[in-house]
Amino acid sequence: MSNKKTTESKIIRAESSLPSLYEDLYMQSDQERFMDLEHRLPMHSQNLKTLDELLDRDEQREEDGFHRKIRVGRIIRPGSGNNKVVIVPTTTEEKFYHDTRKQKEDEEKDSSGESNEIGQTTGTADGNEGDIIGEVPVETEEGQQGKEGGEGEGANHEVGSSAYELGEVLTKKFQLPNLEDKGKKKSFTRFVYELTDQNRGEGQVLDKRRTLVEVLKTNINLGKLDPDKDLEPSNLVINPRDFIYRTMSRERDVEAQAVVFFARDYSGSMHGKPTEVVGAQHVMIYSWLVFQYHENVQTRFILHDTDAKEVKNFHTYHNSHVAGGTQIRSAFKKINEIIKKEDLFRDYNIYVFYGGDGDDWNNNEDEFKEEFEELSNSVNRLGITIVKTRSGNQTIFEKFIHTHKFLEKFKGKVQLDLLGENADDKKIIHSIKNLVR
Amino acid sequence: MELISQHAKKIMEECKSRARDAGLSFDDESLEYIVTNQDMLELSPKVMIPTLYDFWVHDLELIKGKKEYELYPHNPYETVINSRPAISFYNDNNPDWLNVMIFYHVLGHIDFFQNNSYFEHTWDDDFVGVALSDKRLLSQLKTEHGRWVDYVIEFSRSLDNLVGYFSELSNLHLKKDKKSKFDYYFDLFLQHEKKVETPEYLKDLEEYNQCLLNPERNAKKIFLQHVKLKFPEFEAAYKKYKETESKPKKDLLTYIHDHSPILAQEKNSWMKSVIQIIRNTALYFAPQMRTKVMNEGWASYWHQELFLKDSRIEGYEANFAKINAYVTSIPKVGFNPYAIGLRLFEHIEKEANQGKLDLEFEHVLDREDRKHYNKKTGKGRAFMFSLREKFTDFTFLNTYITQDFVDAHKLSVIGERFNPSKMVREYYIKSKQAVDYKNMLLDRLVHPPSIEVEINKTSEDRLYLKHIFEGKPLVEEYIQNVMIGLEFLWGNPVTLETIRSVKGKPISYLYTIQNKELVKNEFHQKNESVSQ
Repeated sequence: MSNKKTTESKIIRAESSLPSLYEDLYMQSDQERFMDLEHRLPMHSQNLKTLDELLDRDEQREEDGFHRKIRVGRIIRPGSGNNKVVIVPTTTEEKFYHDTRKQKEDEEKDSSGESNEIGQTTGTADGNEGDIIGEVPVETEEGQQGKEGGEGEGANHEVGSSAYELGEVLTKKFQLPNLEDKGKKKSFTRFVYELTDQNRGEGQVLDKRRTLVEVLKTNINLGKLDPDKDLEPSNLVINPRDFIYRTMSRERDVEAQAVVFFARDYSGSMHGKPTEVVGAQHVMIYSWLVFQYHENVQTRFILHDTDAKEVKNFHTYHNSHVAGGTQIRSAFKKINEIIKKEDLFRDYNIYVFYGGDGDDWNNNEDEFKEEFEELSNSVNRLGITIVKTRSGNQTIFEKFIHTHKFLEKFKGKVQLDLLGENADDKKIIHSIKNLVR
Repeated sequence: MELISQHAKKIMEECKSRARDAGLSFDDESLEYIVTNQDMLELSPKVMIPTLYDFWVHDLELIKGKKEYELYPHNPYETVINSRPAISFYNDNNPDWLNVMIFYHVLGHIDFFQNNSYFEHTWDDDFVGVALSDKRLLSQLKTEHGRWVDYVIEFSRSLDNLVGYFSELSNLHLKKDKKSKFDYYFDLFLQHEKKVETPEYLKDLEEYNQCLLNPERNAKKIFLQHVKLKFPEFEAAYKKYKETESKPKKDLLTYIHDHSPILAQEKNSWMKSVIQIIRNTALYFAPQMRTKVMNEGWASYWHQELFLKDSRIEGYEANFAKINAYVTSIPKVGFNPYAIGLRLFEHIEKEANQGKLDLEFEHVLDREDRKHYNKKTGKGRAFMFSLREKFTDFTFLNTYITQDFVDAHKLSVIGERFNPSKMVREYYIKSKQAVDYKNMLLDRLVHPPSIEVEINKTSEDRLYLKHIFEGKPLVEEYIQNVMIGLEFLWGNPVTLETIRSVKGKPISYLYTIQNKELVKNEFHQKNESVSQ
C-alpha cells in the first residue's frame, strides 16, 4: 500500500517538473526520466548571457591572452523623422576566407585609375549598359538630398546617421586606416546609477503608479472592488507588500570614446577656397571618426582669428568668417583650456585637426611653443592642414613647426600636410591619410 | 512552440499526397510547429536547430537579432530543417489557402533535402538528436573545463569551413575495389606516372578503341602486349598500385584532431571531442550552404505548380498571386535566390521540353532554326528531377545561366559608385552579359579556400599549411586570429604559405604564428629560404 503511494507521488513529481511541452521537448532524456533525476541541463534561455556578461567575458579574453572579440556597433532606422538608434554588439568569427574585396580594388586601379566604385550587385533593369538607374544620397536628412556642394557642403553632417554612412563609404572606399587599436586604449563603458530596479516593500523612491496597481490587484483578489460601483478609496485594503519602490542600480552606459577638436582659421585671408578645402576635409575626417568609433565621438569646434572661440555646431563652424588678422596660438590655447577644464585627457582619445592658410601674426613665439607642446602631449593625434594660397615659400606656421622640430619631437602624434587651394576630393582624402596614418 | 492544429495537419497530409502524385518523394513523417517571434529569434543563431550546442556568439547574435527586430520586424513564413522527421516552423496559424501554399513550399524543401545527393551523409541520422547529445557533452565539459571549452569551440569553428566536405561525400562512394588494368593505364599510369602529352595520350586511346572494334576476341590482350612493349615497367607499376591502399587526404580539422601533439596529451583529450562535434556540425550544414538557390528555386517552383492545380483553394488565386509575387520577384537591385532559382528551373524545363538541352540541338547551326527548334520531347520534368538529384548551386548556375536566360529576364550586373560632386551613390547598369552576371553569382557562392597540410614540412614542432591559390587571396585581417587558434590547437608554431597579388603580381608569403605573434615574410620558393 505504502509502496504504491510513493510511486504515485513520484509520477506526480515527474509531471509537475515538466514546465511545458515546448520547454521540455528537447530536454527529455530516457535516463533522466527513468532515474527521476533533476534536469542537469538548464534551459537555453537560462543559459543566455546578458550583454554585460558577454562584455566581461570579453575582458577575460585579454587576461587569457587572446584578442577581444566584441565590438559595440549601432544600427539606425532609416527614413526621415526621429532617427531611432540602437546599440548592438557585433562580433566576427574569423576563418580563412577568400577575399573578394581586395581583388576588386586591384582591378579597378588597373583598369581605369578611377576608384569611385563602391561595389556591384545583381539586379534586373531596362536600358543599356552604362545607364544610371538610380541614385541614393550619401547624406540623408529630411528634405535635404544631394546638396550642390560648395558653400553649403557638409552643413548637415552633424547629424550622426548621415555622417556615419559617409564615414563608412570613406573608410571602405578610400581604405582609411582603422583606429580600433587606438580606440581600445580607453574604456568605453562606465557605470551610472539609476533608479531603474523595482523592489517590493523597501527602497529609495516609492513608485506610486505601480503601487496603486498592486493595491488594486490585492483588492480585486479580495473581492473588494465592484466594477458597477464608484471606487471608494477609503474602503481599500492595503497590504504592506503592495508598496513598490524603485532602487538604485548600476547601469552600464556606453560613453564616447573620442573627442575631436576641429579648429580653423576664419580670418579674412581664408575667405573662399581655403575655407572650402578645410571645411570639406574636416567633414570627411569627422565622418570617418564617427564610423570608426561607432558614433561614440564627441566633437568640438573652434574658430579663431586673433582670438579663439568655441562654436556649437558644424554649420556655424563652416560658415563663419570675419575680416580680422590671425593668431594661431589663440586656437591652441583655447583647446588646451577646454581639455584641462573638462579633464578630457583622462577619459578620451583626443584628436585635434587644425586647418588654416599658415599665415600667423605671432607676437609671442615662446608662449605659442608652450601651448603647442602642451597640446601635442595630451592628444592622440594633432593633424595640421595648411592650405597654400601661394606656392613656393614656407608659410609662417610651417616655419614655426620646422624651427622647433615639432614633427620629429612628437613623431606619431603631430602630422602636417599641405594642400593647394584647388585641391579636389581625391587630394583632400589623400591628405587625410597623411594626417591620420 | 506547439504543434500545428489537427485541422492544419490534415491539410498538410493532403498536400503530401498531391505532391507525391506530382513526383516528389519524402518520408511519411514530418513535424510542424507554430513558434513565436521570440522562438524564431532564439532559433536563428542556432541555424534553426533547437538542440544546437550553446556558444556565446549565439547569445550575442540573439541580442543583436532582438534589437534588429525592434527596428525591422520581419517574420519568415516557414523554416524547414533537415532532420528526421523533417521539422518545419511556422510563425502563425495561417488561413487555409496560405497554409496550402506554404506547405507545398515546405514539401519542396523536404523533397530536396531527402533526394539531393549532396545531402547523402545526412540521410541516416536525425541531426536534432545528434546535436542534443553533442550539446549535453559540451555542457558537461563546460562544468569541468569552464571557459576553455568555449575557446576550443571558437578555434575549431574558425576552421570549420575546412572540413573536407567533398572528400567526405566521395568516401561514401569510394570504390573499394581497384581499377582495371585499362582504367589504371589511362587514368593514372599515363597521366600521372608517365605524364605523357595529350596527343600521345589520345593516340593510345584511339589505338585502344580500334582494338575494341576488332572482332577478334583477344583484342584486349593484343593491346596489353602493345603496352608491355612500350612500357616494360607497366605490369610492375600496376601490381604496386593494387597493393597500395587508397587513402583520402585528411582535412585540416581531422589532421589536427589526429596528429596534434598537444591534443594527444591525456589531459587534453576532451578537446578532441569538441573538435569532432564542431566538424560534424559543419558537415551537416555544408550541403545546405551550397544549395541555397536550387533549394529555394525548387520549393518555389513546386508551391506555384501545385497550388494552382489544387482544387481546395479555388477563389484564392488573387491572394496567392500577391504573396507569390512578393516572394519570387526579381529585385531591381539585389539578389533573390527564390526568384532566380525558380526562373532558372522554369527556363530549364522549357528548354528541355523543346529538346534544346540535347546534343542534337548543338548541331543545329542555323540561327532561325535554333530559334524555332522544338522537338516536344516532354522530358522537361524528368530533367528537372535529375538536376535536383545531382546538382549543387555551382553546377546549376554555371551550366544553365545562358545569355538567353539573362536576356529573358533583363538580368544585369548593377554597379554602385560614389559620385562626390553630387554626394550620391549611383546605381548603373554595368553589364548585361551572361558571363558577367554568372560570375557575379558564382562569386557569391560558398567556396572555402583550399588549405592543406604539407606533410613533409610538418612536424610536432611546426604545423605547415599550404593555401592552394585560386586567384583570390585570403582575408588578411582574419589570418591572425585564426592562426592564434591553430597554434593553440597544435601547441606549437604554425606556418601558412599563401599567395597575395601585389600590383597584379602573385607573391608568395609565409605567415608564421608563434606565441600569438604573427610574422609575415615574403617566401622565395626556389632556394626554400625565408627572408625578412
